[in-house]
Amino acid sequence: MTKRHIEPILWMLFSGGGVIAAVFLPVLIVLFGLAIPLGWVSVDYNHLHAVVTYWLTRLVVLGLVVLMLFHWAHRFRYTLQDGLQLNRLETPIAVLCYGGAVVGSIAALLIVLTL
Amino acid sequence: MKKRSYFMFVLRELSSVFVAWFAVFLMIMVFAIGRGEASYQNFMSWAASPVVVVINIVALAFAILHTVTWFALTPQAMVVRFGGRQVPAMKEVRVAGRYVPAATVVRVGGRVPAGLVVASQWAGLVVVSAFVAWLVLR
Repeated sequence: MTKRHIEPILWMLFSGGGVIAAVFLPVLIVLFGLAIPLGWVSVDYNHLHAVVTYWLTRLVVLGLVVLMLFHWAHRFRYTLQDGLQLNRLETPIAVLCYGGAVVGSIAALLIVLTL
Repeated sequence: MKKRSYFMFVLRELSSVFVAWFAVFLMIMVFAIGRGEASYQNFMSWAASPVVVVINIVALAFAILHTVTWFALTPQAMVVRFGGRQVPAMKEVRVAGRYVPAATVVRVGGRVPAGLVVASQWAGLVVVSAFVAWLVLR
């Protein structure tokens, strides 16, 4: 049963993403979602480029994004399945959620590698 | 009271959608930064459009809800040592709509009062937030 082997890993990715989102998300949303686009603070592009392209930042950003995507996949899977009582659609829901996280993670890897 | 806690449960579960939204938002931003200043400016003017700003305000509210509920859950999910034996603070914890054995979520040894765990998580959040803000804004 491959499902039994995968389940603990999915739980670890879920809880890892939960911790990461709890700690990093508020400051990231305030900075990049509100303060910078709305001009509350001014950031020099060259500085931001230097910070983002530094190898450690690339690694951290990749880790954050992958964990947060799998956190979403695992939680949203059960929100759909249990919340909306869609138990008969268990397989397509799981494929859609984890598949989405895998596709997003590959895209993130490519973006980080080709910066 | 029951209705209210169910409402909060649904909200907490929905927070994952905004976690995914901002993960995608971040990746697009990093991609734009890599493509040059013009594409970065384009991204930021898109991010300043009313619809995206509203989504991010809602996302921030859900992120804060996620932080508060996740931090409150961690001590319950920890394995606490009591008199030399490992005792789960709670036998089962409800996460993502499922009851799971407490120890699957976080495993920490030692005698740690729940209040201290929550306080140290908030301290961690303050340090990380300050560092990220310093790194970006300096």
